[in-house]
Amino acid sequence: MSEIDEKLRTELQRQGVWVTSMQELYNWGRKNSIWPLQFGLACCAIEMIATAASRYDIARFGGEVFRPSPRQADLMIVAGTVTKKMAPQIVRLYNQMADPKYVIAMGACAISGGPFKQGYNVLKGIDRYIPVDVYIPGCPPRPEALLHAFMELQRKIDEQKLTGANKAEHLKTDQPSEFPVPKFGEHDLEPAANCAVFQPPVIERT
Amino acid sequence: MTPNPYLFIVIFIGVALAFPLVPLALAWTWRRFFQPPKPGAEKNAIYECGVESIGEAHIQFQSQYYLYAIIFLIFDVEAVFLVPFAVAFTGLPIGAFVAILIFLLLLVEGLVWAWGKGCLQWAR
Repeated sequence: MSEIDEKLRTELQRQGVWVTSMQELYNWGRKNSIWPLQFGLACCAIEMIATAASRYDIARFGGEVFRPSPRQADLMIVAGTVTKKMAPQIVRLYNQMADPKYVIAMGACAISGGPFKQGYNVLKGIDRYIPVDVYIPGCPPRPEALLHAFMELQRKIDEQKLTGANKAEHLKTDQPSEFPVPKFGEHDLEPAANCAVFQPPVIERT
Repeated sequence: MTPNPYLFIVIFIGVALAFPLVPLALAWTWRRFFQPPKPGAEKNAIYECGVESIGEAHIQFQSQYYLYAIIFLIFDVEAVFLVPFAVAFTGLPIGAFVAILIFLLLLVEGLVWAWGKGCLQWAR
């Protein structure tokens, strides 16, 4: 599992010998078969459907197999406004996905609440409850933006380590796979954010 | 020397077994040595729709709807036979006309029976 010397590898490739490591092989397989969870929350879902359809064709990146079950999915595309009514279900679905799992927050609403941020019923970003890997701004983002996020996620998966102190989160035994599901409180979801994954930004006033 | 004709079947069975078992064994080995298991209450939950299930799944459905099925059958069969009858009405002998009237009478009888039994009352 040790790192290959890049010079040695190019030298070997010149001689017609292709060298790889377990880690590269594993990540190469994973990044080219990311199966998203099939659900949409709002208008961003239309763009997600367009991305999956023939014109933009997410199948080129190995992500066309939208799974209707969280047990079979690797990627959760939070496409749209997350209302407070919907947030517990999103977190529960995320919890039910098998490791390793990734999240793309698609669009302004999923990132921060977007144009509905001041609304009483809108969650101000899904990253309050679950860790998000890639954020895509836009209202809604174009399919190209989702493809770009997909490629970013592939790059991220490709760089994940299997061993050592910097190994991927899903391989660490002390990292949780489930995150607490918020409950409906009297005025808001309780808790309002999961402190383990979300720290509210500090506003500096001068 | 010609090989045994059944040799191919043996090879076929061997390949058919190895094809699913080798990936499964690889996956198991991977899980055993690299991927730590992270089970949990949510992850192991039976339903995967995002909503917690409420109450028992073993409930009984009302069987009284069979009456509606029977009444539907009356009108359904009636329509199936009346349409071809109506299409060929002008060319039919008097015997066919009497036969379809008897048929209609039987169905009307069934409807009257259901009416009299109170099946048409939207109750319960």
